[in-house]
Amino acid sequence: MTGLLMVIVLALAVFAAAQIMRIYELSAKARQEREYEVTDKDNNTQGRLMLLFGIGLIVSFFWMVAAWSEVMLPKPSSMHGVEVDRLWDISMGLIVFMFVLVQPVMFYFAYKYRGRKDGKATFYEHNDRLEFIWTIVPAIALAVLIIYGLTTWSNVMNPENEEEPMVVELYAQQFKWTARYSGDDNTLGYANVRLIGGANTVGVDTTHTNAGDDFLATEIHLPVGRPVLFKFRSQDVIHSAYMPHFRAQMNCVPGMETHFQFTPTITTAEIRQDADVQGKVERINAIRSAKGLELYAYDYILLCNKICGSAHYNMQMNIVVETQAEYDAWVKEQKTIAETL
Amino acid sequence: MASHEHGNDHAHDHDHEHHVENFWSKYIFSMDHKMIGKQFLITGMFMGIVGVFMSMLFRLQLAWPDQKFAILETFLGKWAPEGQMDPNMYLALVTIHGTIMVFFVLTAGLSGTFSNLLIPLQIGARDMASGFLNMLSYWFFAASSVVMLVSLFVETGPASGGWTVYPPLSALPQAMPGSGTGMTLWLVSMTLFIAGSLLGSLNYIVTIINLRTKGMAMTRLPLTIWAFLVTAILGVLSFPVLLSAALLLMFDRLLGTSFYLSDIMVAGELLHNEGGSPVLYEHLFWFLGHPEVYIILLPALGITSEVIATNSRKPIFGYRAMIGSILAIAFLSFIVWGHHMFITGMNPFLGSVFTFTTLLIAIPSAVKAFNYITTLWKGNIQFTPAMLFSIGLVSTFVAGGLTGIILGDSALDINVHDTYFVVAHFHIVMGLSAIFGMFAGVYHWFPKMYRRMMNKGLGYLHFWLTFVSAYGVFFPMHFTGLAGLPRRYYSNAEFPIFDELQDINVIITMFAILGGIAQLIFIFNFFYSMWRGPKAPQNPWRSNTLEWTTPVEHMHGNWPGEIPEVHRWAYDYSKPGYEEDFVPQSTPLKEGEVGH
Repeated sequence: MTGLLMVIVLALAVFAAAQIMRIYELSAKARQEREYEVTDKDNNTQGRLMLLFGIGLIVSFFWMVAAWSEVMLPKPSSMHGVEVDRLWDISMGLIVFMFVLVQPVMFYFAYKYRGRKDGKATFYEHNDRLEFIWTIVPAIALAVLIIYGLTTWSNVMNPENEEEPMVVELYAQQFKWTARYSGDDNTLGYANVRLIGGANTVGVDTTHTNAGDDFLATEIHLPVGRPVLFKFRSQDVIHSAYMPHFRAQMNCVPGMETHFQFTPTITTAEIRQDADVQGKVERINAIRSAKGLELYAYDYILLCNKICGSAHYNMQMNIVVETQAEYDAWVKEQKTIAETL
Repeated sequence: MASHEHGNDHAHDHDHEHHVENFWSKYIFSMDHKMIGKQFLITGMFMGIVGVFMSMLFRLQLAWPDQKFAILETFLGKWAPEGQMDPNMYLALVTIHGTIMVFFVLTAGLSGTFSNLLIPLQIGARDMASGFLNMLSYWFFAASSVVMLVSLFVETGPASGGWTVYPPLSALPQAMPGSGTGMTLWLVSMTLFIAGSLLGSLNYIVTIINLRTKGMAMTRLPLTIWAFLVTAILGVLSFPVLLSAALLLMFDRLLGTSFYLSDIMVAGELLHNEGGSPVLYEHLFWFLGHPEVYIILLPALGITSEVIATNSRKPIFGYRAMIGSILAIAFLSFIVWGHHMFITGMNPFLGSVFTFTTLLIAIPSAVKAFNYITTLWKGNIQFTPAMLFSIGLVSTFVAGGLTGIILGDSALDINVHDTYFVVAHFHIVMGLSAIFGMFAGVYHWFPKMYRRMMNKGLGYLHFWLTFVSAYGVFFPMHFTGLAGLPRRYYSNAEFPIFDELQDINVIITMFAILGGIAQLIFIFNFFYSMWRGPKAPQNPWRSNTLEWTTPVEHMHGNWPGEIPEVHRWAYDYSKPGYEEDFVPQSTPLKEGEVGH
């Protein structure tokens, strides 16, 4: 019934609008005007609105930067993250510069050269020198960015460490993560989904020589300063292991193994002391206590960042970065696959 | 109103046949390019309303995740019990929103409408090379739209794996409800869509190459036609690859093959598949997927070139550079697809290659932006609603294009891949720019399509509400993306770290609702003007191109007499030596005048 009423009201509204339009057009006709023709008055109004919008765009851009910078991720907690963020700052500096240069110029031109009935535009077809300049200058700027970007990319993807990285497997399935540590031999035992059964949830080949000392964990623990090589597997669909605090991400693809390597540099305890992070936690806890939710102490997290099904939005795992001694103590508590299977 | 009659003066007997037309042959199974263009437009607009409405629904969910909305239950039924949206329905909505907007609105709706309407009119042809293929192209599109809409109503819901429908998620009905019948229908719909798109594109290419009127050299074509030509070539070369990807996916789903599947255990069931790779699908998909961005964008840029030049009363600045940059963008668009795949496990060396090629696209894009702005310089700008949308396009093209420099850089993409930063980027540079181009085209060529004028005042109101809310929706998303917020999350409440983003999400949704309402103004204006708008003069915008030399009343064959001959390029606006500030292409050169 309400539905029907709503349809009737809507139809009446459209009808009323049509009638108002009719009156508006008839009155324009009576004044010997053609409504669709752009008058000087229109050009003045629209030109001014263009200028106003251009100013508003730049002002609101800086307002957003000022107001919302604090919600962005804090400083990187990995070695390569620092390098990535430096490239980020340079690229961002360049594009913000272009943005605040080009947008106002365009809106100003729109205002400045708004039409007049007796106005005349300048016949100006091309200027090869000008066009050459704005081809070559972006080309040079981009050449710099490309060279810098490729160097960074190659450093991130092929890091050279003095120390042998610790090997950890991240195993993805709908909708949870499991970590498999490679144990004392630092080599993962062979595994395949076909071997899954009973307590063997990630399909480890228990007869494989490297498998016995592997152990499974529901939380990632990493010793600070030690490179870690993550190997990713997926059981069902594509997932993506996203560790934003470390500027690290890699897809987990069924049927193949992918990997990503980084060195954590700041422990969880240390990052909680960081001024930016403390401010963030304070703001978040103000919101949470108002809602009566559990208070939050800052944690590194692993999220799923490739659409994987209904609970995609809640596929997560905690990451704890700690000192070598704390890490060793944690490892001691874990039960190896030889012990559990 | 100076109408130019050259070429119509000697009205001979018409050299083409007049058919007796009934309702069916005129409005439904029409082979007239103008009618087919209008069919594309109306269908595209209808799909657009569906797609935008879906975005309103999921924006409600994102802004107020724990609130119940009765309206959700009204529209979604069992997918929103007591007004609380089901996570599967959330994923279905974002998937179908993406599919509809990218393919049905901005590919078929934009390119289909204006290529059909403008190619014969602007190059001086009686119709398309094959009217029959043209009709088929529309009807394949219409059938694919119907199948896509039907898929919304199946028991297990429509496709929900994201508009890119990556397998195995999309290949395995056990993985999510949306991968059942809904996904099969999605693939059937896209297959029909691709067939229609190919028929259309081939027709456009043949028509532009073969049917240009006397004097219409390639270097005299309006930039709209150049854009449509290059778009059609992109479509012909890339859509078949998507078709093959879709067929292989269908085989995997229905026939038990393993093109994309290997070593999978889903919902407790071990599958027999071995040896395939989802990464293969990603390569095939993005080989279309990236050119597709330009299939969407180039027609909008072409329309903008025409509208900005006409309404600045100036030649488009750097005509040849504009053609060159369209060609450069089109060429590069085929060798950059890997930038969607930096973190898929693809060899990092390939990542380097794709970073290099991707960042190169910024050069021709910068040339285009600077040339548009220089066209405004020292103009005599007439702010028609079409002109406002074209200026809006240049603004969003610059704003969204710049963040592409970040995302195309593999090292930076690692941390913002699949976050809201990406959502902000592609909506601004591709979504907004293309839809602004489409609006500009509708306002500009409405008199050509419907013989009446649209209301200017409502057009102004529509533009400003749309422009403000467009930036209001997508600019703040950069910041939630930089906070690490992944896209396609049904709710952010499971991560305390995202709690402080909720205010921003509410602001975004408010602007989205405002923007959605603003489109009602457009729809009202469109249909009101179609029936009740003031009668259009022959050349309302005092434009140079050939379509404005045709009579206001539509006729088969476009020109009553001979097709006008072309003597100059399309951009002789405010040319010294002429009293009027425009010189139509069909005007012969004066003695001693230097022409194009």
